[in-house]
Amino acid sequence: MPDTAVIEQEALARIRASEDAAALEALRVEYLGKQGSISALMKTLGAMTPEERQQKAPAIQQLRGSVADAIAARKAAFDSAALEERLASETLDLTLPAPATARGSVHPVSQVMDELSEIFADLGFAVATGPEIEDDWYNFTALNMPESHPARAMHDTFYFPDPAPKGGRMLLRTHTSPVQVRTMLADGAPLRIIAPGRVYRSDSDATHTPMFHQIEGLVIDRDIHLGHLKWTLETFLKAFFETEDIVLRLRPSYFPFTEPSVEVDVGFEIVDGKRVLGGSGDAPGHGWMELLGSGMVNRRVIEMSGLDPDEWQGFAFGVGVDRLAMLKYGMDDLRAFFDGDVRWLQHYGFSAFDQPTLSAGVGARA
Amino acid sequence: MKFSYDWLTHFLDTEASVEEVSARLNAIGIEVEGLDDPADKLAGFRVAKVLTAAPHPDADKLQVLSVDTGEGDPLQVVCGAPNARAGMLGVLGLPGATVPANGMVLRKSAIRGVESNGMMCSTRELELGDDHDGIIELPADAPVGTSFADYAKASPVFDVAITPNRPDCMGVEGIARDLAAAGLGTFKPHREDAVAGNYPCPLEIRTDDTEGCPAFYGRAIKGVTNGPSPEWMQRRLIAAGQRPISALVDITNYLMLAFGRPAHVYDLAKLSGPVVARRAKDGETVEALNGKTYTLDAGMTVIADDAGVHDIAGIMGGEHSSVQDGTTDVLLEIAYFNPESIGVTGRKLGLATDARTRFERGVDPAFLDAGLDILTALILRICGGEASEVVRAGTAPSEPKRIAFDTGLTARLGGVEVAEAEQRRILEALDFAVADDWTVTVPLRRHDIEGPADLVEEVVRIHGLDAVASVPLARAEGVARPTATPEQARERRLRRAAAARGLNEAVTWSFLPVPEAEHFADGQLWLLDNPISEDMKAMRPSLIPGLLMAAKRNADRGAASARLFEIGRRYLRRADGGSDERLALGVLLAGDKTPRGWASGKGAGFDAFDAKAEAEALLAEAGAPVDRLQVMGEAGPQFHPGQSATLRLGPKNVLARFGALHPATLAAFDIDGPVVAVEIFLNALPKKKGGGSFARAQYAPPALQSVTRDFAFLVPADLPAGDLLRAVGGADKVNIVDARLFDVFTGAGVPEGQKSVAVEVTLQPGESSYKDEDLKAISDKVVAAAGKLGATLRG
Repeated sequence: MPDTAVIEQEALARIRASEDAAALEALRVEYLGKQGSISALMKTLGAMTPEERQQKAPAIQQLRGSVADAIAARKAAFDSAALEERLASETLDLTLPAPATARGSVHPVSQVMDELSEIFADLGFAVATGPEIEDDWYNFTALNMPESHPARAMHDTFYFPDPAPKGGRMLLRTHTSPVQVRTMLADGAPLRIIAPGRVYRSDSDATHTPMFHQIEGLVIDRDIHLGHLKWTLETFLKAFFETEDIVLRLRPSYFPFTEPSVEVDVGFEIVDGKRVLGGSGDAPGHGWMELLGSGMVNRRVIEMSGLDPDEWQGFAFGVGVDRLAMLKYGMDDLRAFFDGDVRWLQHYGFSAFDQPTLSAGVGARA
Repeated sequence: MKFSYDWLTHFLDTEASVEEVSARLNAIGIEVEGLDDPADKLAGFRVAKVLTAAPHPDADKLQVLSVDTGEGDPLQVVCGAPNARAGMLGVLGLPGATVPANGMVLRKSAIRGVESNGMMCSTRELELGDDHDGIIELPADAPVGTSFADYAKASPVFDVAITPNRPDCMGVEGIARDLAAAGLGTFKPHREDAVAGNYPCPLEIRTDDTEGCPAFYGRAIKGVTNGPSPEWMQRRLIAAGQRPISALVDITNYLMLAFGRPAHVYDLAKLSGPVVARRAKDGETVEALNGKTYTLDAGMTVIADDAGVHDIAGIMGGEHSSVQDGTTDVLLEIAYFNPESIGVTGRKLGLATDARTRFERGVDPAFLDAGLDILTALILRICGGEASEVVRAGTAPSEPKRIAFDTGLTARLGGVEVAEAEQRRILEALDFAVADDWTVTVPLRRHDIEGPADLVEEVVRIHGLDAVASVPLARAEGVARPTATPEQARERRLRRAAAARGLNEAVTWSFLPVPEAEHFADGQLWLLDNPISEDMKAMRPSLIPGLLMAAKRNADRGAASARLFEIGRRYLRRADGGSDERLALGVLLAGDKTPRGWASGKGAGFDAFDAKAEAEALLAEAGAPVDRLQVMGEAGPQFHPGQSATLRLGPKNVLARFGALHPATLAAFDIDGPVVAVEIFLNALPKKKGGGSFARAQYAPPALQSVTRDFAFLVPADLPAGDLLRAVGGADKVNIVDARLFDVFTGAGVPEGQKSVAVEVTLQPGESSYKDEDLKAISDKVVAAAGKLGATLRG
């Protein structure tokens, strides 16, 4: 019977001295493999008497455990060193740029239309639409502007040579107001709608383009009056600009399709060369800016829209969407809206995730 | 329209300041667009007397003046005006004053070595007229030293916008009436006593066109002297932006601007025979006062005599019979023309004049005699002469409208309670007659008043819109209900999906140049009759050309790439030629897809598969059944024939087209390729079914794990891979849940005319795991299905 302590001492020393994983594996086979010397010692236990086994087994088992542990520990050290070596060879220069992903954007006109839809939905207004290539009748006649009406001349209308089914020629709608008539004819009353969309006038400079966007509002019910109009405009503008400090000035005006007609100005202040809404236009350093036209729907329009003007009345307003966008988000050239310059779109456009919600605020702050 | 405060106070007794007047004008619906005080501009200019004038020692055309400014020692002033002389009175600009005409600030200076302490001014320099031949000469009694603004009675000028429904306010008197009703003073209408004529009118006056010219009043005045008009009249006209011409012309302009009443004065010597209002003959011509010759038609009313047309009625007078400096005998015309026919004629001739503006909107039919009296009185007073009797041909409308008014409507429509007595006061101040039973008689000049709503407007605007209190609209109970239609919700979702995919939303013009539109047309285009330019003549039949033009602009500015999209309408026609606007989503990818990079090497452009990816992803967001769509051809001739396709739901319903654009398209739009595009026809998408349930289908993951098997086929080179994939995927509908193509190969080992296509098929066992014979059976089905397309399993 060899002295297990001597064997252990020698084995541990050899394990410690092993230089690589292969040498270590050779030692494992030599001691613990099927034909290994410690394995052979273990096998001798089977042939012993119980008394003899009781006496010798602990030493042999201790030897086996000790050598196995030493091999495992030495192996772990080799593995860890190997891993470290591999990782060292895999170092990346992470100051290099990651693959680029394109950033998209939502156009300010769409964003503002979404904002307005959200605000007016809360007030119970649905969104209505109508054609842009419009019949003379819907654009003018039904809005109380018969053929010879002088106000027609103020509209700088684009015409097509095509005759219109209801008389006159086909034209590009000059305002979103024909949607009033179409919606009343289709849906009757009561009614609360906004109608956003493209409109066209033969006009072009820094603040006028031959195509622009308007949003029409229409409320028809039994007891609607100018006070409701005033509240609706104040409420929507406060919600849109997310400020309580909106002061409106109503001025009597004239539109053939409303009676009474009201032009609405809003007070502003010049701050760093830009108009910032807020305060009374009469306050020092302030002014009034024309913002929109509105009024109580003319009874002739209600009549031509198939409703009884003695039963139904209401108000309508029309406001420039591009203009609202410019006032809120600070663009100063309307023409750039329709140029498709990617730099402009990236600068003034909105993230896809700037979806207007009432809880987060309908606007997207810079 | 412009008028001076001085002119206003001729009709309005008021203590109100200019600012108060301006605020009230805005409040009652007469928008003040500008307020200009000439006294501001004339600060530093004063009446001065030239004491001595001596030649400049060093310049032939200059003189050295000694000028008395009314205080201190006389100033030495160098002056180049030929009329400068000792003893004259003129206007001196002192150092520090700004010359209104050119903004030059005067300062003490030396002119050719001689000190000059100011400038003697011409009419033009002070923007008081066009004269620049010499300096202003003031009358001998002008008080030396007075500020010139005071001396010239410079009065603040209002520039107001009169809405087209208020021709009665296209004269200062009408504005004064409104202001007085609004409590800003006492209205002082101006009327003149009628002048009885001493002799019959020498020419017959009649109207043969009682529709176009219901009334034509006139009279002659003989022996007039047509010099310059008086200074007070010139001052008011200049303030109104009207250049003084001669007394007779100025008097008619004065009548128009003060009373909103155009009239005409003919040189009697140039007329022969009866002066008649009649329809023009087709092709008849007249040389108008603007020097242009107009060809008339039978729809137009004219004033003519035996020799021809002298006046395009209500729009512009003729050159031939216009009054001149030497005119001695005149015929006055004051007529009532049908507003509609004036409008039609004016539009046909493209002739916009102050007279047309007023007649077209409707002048006061009750102001014929009164107007003629004022005209006569002014001419007799200013030009002298002797008036004939008045001739009155025809009659103007004289039956006033009567409206039964319910004063409660003011609150119900106008949203403001106004006491009955105040409503009555307002209406009466505006010249309405209000009976005890509230029958309201409308003054004839108020063509705009049609019914009770108009009276509400009158009451509310004079009472003040500020008094209208905000009243909330009734709210539906609880949280606001959704309002968007499924189409609107889909459009919003698609927009944000596209932006999230890295595309920039553009809004491009609805119009295109005709050639660009025709390139994309599939049928007759909508072409504008009166485009703003040829580049904006055709309505777009597709979203791609506008995006392509935008991409080109970006490239021209040096952009490396453009990823654009737009959601908007295409303007098409129905079978009957009527308008058919269809919503579409266009995507355009141009330039670099990826720039050159440290990892990827060279930059890469976009290809048709990039377009396909956008098309499929966006269609999926739009709720289209993307896995059921067929890829077919016929994307259109604008696309590369071998690198484009349509996506269809069923063989006829094209949901989208995509691919690389045809080189000919790129050439036509002058842009470098490759450029790929997508157009999704949103109107063709199936409507969302059910529209109801929020609950998803039950989640039921299979109990057993799926297995995959790979198949490699040899197929004819021209067999679309999609067809093979569809056949394989459909070979065993129970077991095959997916078929994914993972390799396409031609070359070594693949016979000529064929290609190798490798497909990974995913099989999902049901109740029990597959046995070898199950897998063999499925495999056989796959091979058989592929075999029908000419595919053989690769050994």
